[in-house]
Amino acid sequence: MIYNPDMETMNRADMEKLQLERLKRIVRYCYDNVKLYHDRFDSIGLDPDKFKTLSDIQYIPPTTKEDLKNNYPFGMFAVPKKEIVRIHASSGTTGKPTVVGYTRNDLNMWSEIMARLCVAAGATEEDVAQIAFGYGLFTGALGLHYGLERLGAMVVPTSSGNTEKNLMLMKDFGVTLLIATPTYALYMGELAKELGYKKEDFKLRIGMFGSEGCTVEMRSKIEEVLGLFATDNYGMSELIGPGVSGECIYREGLHIAEDHFLIEILDSNTLEEKPEGEAGEVVVTTLTKECIPLLRYRTRDISRMNKQPCKCGRTSARMDKIMGRSDDMLIVKGVNVFPSQIESVLLPIEQIGNNYMIYVTKEGYSDALEVKVELIDASLLTKYSELENLTRHIRGKLRATLGIDAKVNLVEPKSIEQFTGKAKRVVDLRNK
Amino acid sequence: MAIKQLSIFVENKPGRLAEITNALSQKNIDIRALSIADTTDFGILRLIVDNPAQAESILKEDGFTVSQTDVIAIGLVDRPGQLAKALSVLQNAGVGVEYMYAFVSREDGTAAVIFRVENSALAEANLAKEGFEILSKEDVCKL
Repeated sequence: MIYNPDMETMNRADMEKLQLERLKRIVRYCYDNVKLYHDRFDSIGLDPDKFKTLSDIQYIPPTTKEDLKNNYPFGMFAVPKKEIVRIHASSGTTGKPTVVGYTRNDLNMWSEIMARLCVAAGATEEDVAQIAFGYGLFTGALGLHYGLERLGAMVVPTSSGNTEKNLMLMKDFGVTLLIATPTYALYMGELAKELGYKKEDFKLRIGMFGSEGCTVEMRSKIEEVLGLFATDNYGMSELIGPGVSGECIYREGLHIAEDHFLIEILDSNTLEEKPEGEAGEVVVTTLTKECIPLLRYRTRDISRMNKQPCKCGRTSARMDKIMGRSDDMLIVKGVNVFPSQIESVLLPIEQIGNNYMIYVTKEGYSDALEVKVELIDASLLTKYSELENLTRHIRGKLRATLGIDAKVNLVEPKSIEQFTGKAKRVVDLRNK
Repeated sequence: MAIKQLSIFVENKPGRLAEITNALSQKNIDIRALSIADTTDFGILRLIVDNPAQAESILKEDGFTVSQTDVIAIGLVDRPGQLAKALSVLQNAGVGVEYMYAFVSREDGTAAVIFRVENSALAEANLAKEGFEILSKEDVCKL
């Protein structure tokens, strides 16, 4: 099923024509309505009416999270307050959050692209959809909420937390579609097992997981414990929230809502465009947003693009699962380390739990990487050497994947914090 | 007649041993013998208790990684040379000792030694043949 065949199966030439029209309009709109863009264009003598091809976008200086921070809270808004009907904000862990606003048309567009994405993942109006994302300023919950309502599914807005009740309702209401962060979904599955639920107690069919990265290993674990088909979707509050792209049932990349978002894959250092298929930073231009239009927004996320049509019939360009956020990337002993690489090593190891923490410290002048994992296999306690073998095994696998040595620390079960929203698994203790 | 020992994974942080022993004492579990091997980060606590099955479920409920391990226990007269003799028996039988610990009963002057060996049955047969007293679970609880 395709929710909006006109847009999702449009041939490339027509799509690019549509994107160019919209790009021209949004550039002019930004210049006229957002001071930052007006000043920036003037300072480099860029004429907002001289855009002839899509590749002319390269002349626009990129927008960064700093720009949003410097204009906190409403400085980047292109419309007067009376036209704004909703505010959201990023989960920003330190300092002020990044604030975004929505006009009625923005909410409309958001609901539309979310509905597309839900259908792509296999959802229908028959589904009972439980949203176990935290409701509030966070875009995840309300984004899915509006999209699923648009589609006509039965929405159960439980929010995250109070997991026992979440599970009870999941069973009693016959929930078929689960929305959560991958970390929380996995926790729900584990707790369900502990509480004595069986997979047959639930009618779960599909999981739509997002707001944090999800490795294929993590996805398999979730599918195993919950007995559903898990899909990944992508977005960020600055751009709209979830809905920018998402997987169809073939899971060969995330279909981009190209009529609303123009995505470039650029080299993070030179800002030059990467050839199709090569990994680089995802840079997004919103083509239709009214309240907070962004030109060439640097997401810091690393991915690849594929413009070939998909088996599902959609012609939209697809991006790979996010390989890492360049902000999340750790440089340890001069080596680039993505937490997702560590996760893909740890999750398949059966003797340890699914929760882990990563610590980076300074030992003398050198960096040290330490990984904490929970020991759950009691049969290893017979012999001390079995525990040593386990840590040696994990260490060896980490070294093979990361190229550097990591200390592996076994800790007691449930001693690592259980996250219900975005997991924060990296603690960098250098420079402290 | 192997007896059951509890093996518990314990992180090296203050208060963990107190928590384990408190949890057991609240349910009236009597600890007969214990040993702990530790590294800088974690250790394995080994306990001989009067009701290992119950103790295991209590600790599991409290979230500990815990398992039961077969060990053998022998009674020795508390006199120089007795342990050495027992160990030679095992050596001659080709049975390797993974770890061991001992405790002494003040009342009757005997010592009990707990062995974890590769082959409990073979170890017991050889020790019994040489006249060593193999202790049952009940014997250990009475000490």
